[in-house]
Amino acid sequence: MHVPDGFLDATTSTGTAVVAAAGVALALRGARRELDERTAPMAGLTAAFVFAVQMMNFPVAFGTSGHLMGGALTAILVGPWTAVLCLTVVLMVQALVFADGGLTALGTNVTLIGLVAIAVGYGVFRALRAVLPATRTGLLTSAGVGAFLSVPAAALVFVLLFGLGGVADVALGSVGIAMVGVHLLIGLGEAVITVAVLGAVLTVRPDLVRGARHLQRARTLAPRPDLAGATAVDAR
Amino acid sequence: MGAGHGGGLSAAYVAGDSPVHRLEPHTKLVAVLAFALVVVATPVGAGWAPMAYAGFLVLLLTVAAVARVRPGRLLRGLVVEVPFVFFAVLLPFVSRGPRTDVLGLSLSESGLAAGGSILAKATLSVLAATLLAATTDARALLRGLERLRLPTVLVQILSFMIRYTDVVGGELRRMRVARESRGFRGRHLGALKVLGPAAGSLFIRSYERGERVHLAMLSRGYTGRLPTGPVAVVGGRAWATALSLPLAAVAVLAAGSLLG
Repeated sequence: MHVPDGFLDATTSTGTAVVAAAGVALALRGARRELDERTAPMAGLTAAFVFAVQMMNFPVAFGTSGHLMGGALTAILVGPWTAVLCLTVVLMVQALVFADGGLTALGTNVTLIGLVAIAVGYGVFRALRAVLPATRTGLLTSAGVGAFLSVPAAALVFVLLFGLGGVADVALGSVGIAMVGVHLLIGLGEAVITVAVLGAVLTVRPDLVRGARHLQRARTLAPRPDLAGATAVDAR
Repeated sequence: MGAGHGGGLSAAYVAGDSPVHRLEPHTKLVAVLAFALVVVATPVGAGWAPMAYAGFLVLLLTVAAVARVRPGRLLRGLVVEVPFVFFAVLLPFVSRGPRTDVLGLSLSESGLAAGGSILAKATLSVLAATLLAATTDARALLRGLERLRLPTVLVQILSFMIRYTDVVGGELRRMRVARESRGFRGRHLGALKVLGPAAGSLFIRSYERGERVHLAMLSRGYTGRLPTGPVAVVGGRAWATALSLPLAAVAVLAAGSLLG
């Protein structure tokens, strides 16, 4: 769900644009730490992945299907700062090329889907990861809970923004409950898909999952005495 | 929801050689953004607001006629706002304030105005952005953003994303064809066992491709910035042409508030 133009008044849109610009500026510095001079190609390709995977329809339950928003998943895969850049770039392309999400609402969308969803999703993931046992199950559980909570958190911030600068006079409480309720369901879908994708990457290339670095054991190279003779023969 | 993104990035552009196509991209970006700002700034409660919206629509249709963008292309652009139509339709029912009877339903007056304005404003700016995308290809948009001083790293990330979206999307499509030609039907939760790994391997392939692209760039002397060509000088005439859209919109707004 991208916020279109005309939903929030000009003041609120400008305010969120300033927040988004500050967040992206921070992310540009943070991503240099995560990726150094590889930032541009790696973040670009990851953004292309996020864009493609958002087009994939996953069956969720009761005949409904959903697609990934991908904030939490991207943050766990490539690190939170790079993820903010990826999601920002995806939102820009969607607004500019597909008119999905308003141009004046770009700051709002980056704040909600980029900053809030990633901050909550990744924050919850890190907090749970520290508490839960350092196993595959523990990691996937933290990722699932983080992804689940990231969606209603973004919806909640949207309701707050709507209360500040919305153009309609609605009972904020009831709208808030409805929005958060719907997004709890969407969050369940997000969690299921995030865990499925993350589990698959963990199985094949665990070294690519940045959030699972602590599961990697440092490999120590040691001579194998039983093979020492054979190598000596080969070397001759 | 990201519905209606099918067909990749290149599908949004309608090739042509109209005065709108020929404008420098950064002037068009500024013009469309300014137009959207004017549309958003239209007061919600004013009685003349519907007239202003009609005026804005006439302006956009004029630009579309000059750019020779077909009505069908504009209508397809509107698909993205479908989820918000539901929200706008709900507003008259859930808003507070004095109520009025429409066809036997008790609706909130302020909710009607707000729902209508949301729908009108969203539609107008989606149309404006669709016109921009239909007359400016993705690479030109990127050049425009660069001239508008978007941080270089962000422009580079955007350029890599735009360059490789069709490649990554093509991989996704081939995986789907392979799945479905083996009888896969993703209808229930069990399908995640197949789709999860598919998305996972898409990530691995994208990431590894990124590493290869980076190495290829290094071997060609990449130092952290990409070479850009000469920058075209944009005169006052070109800016005036581009900004005629938002200026006309401001005129409509001013006329509405004076006469209304």
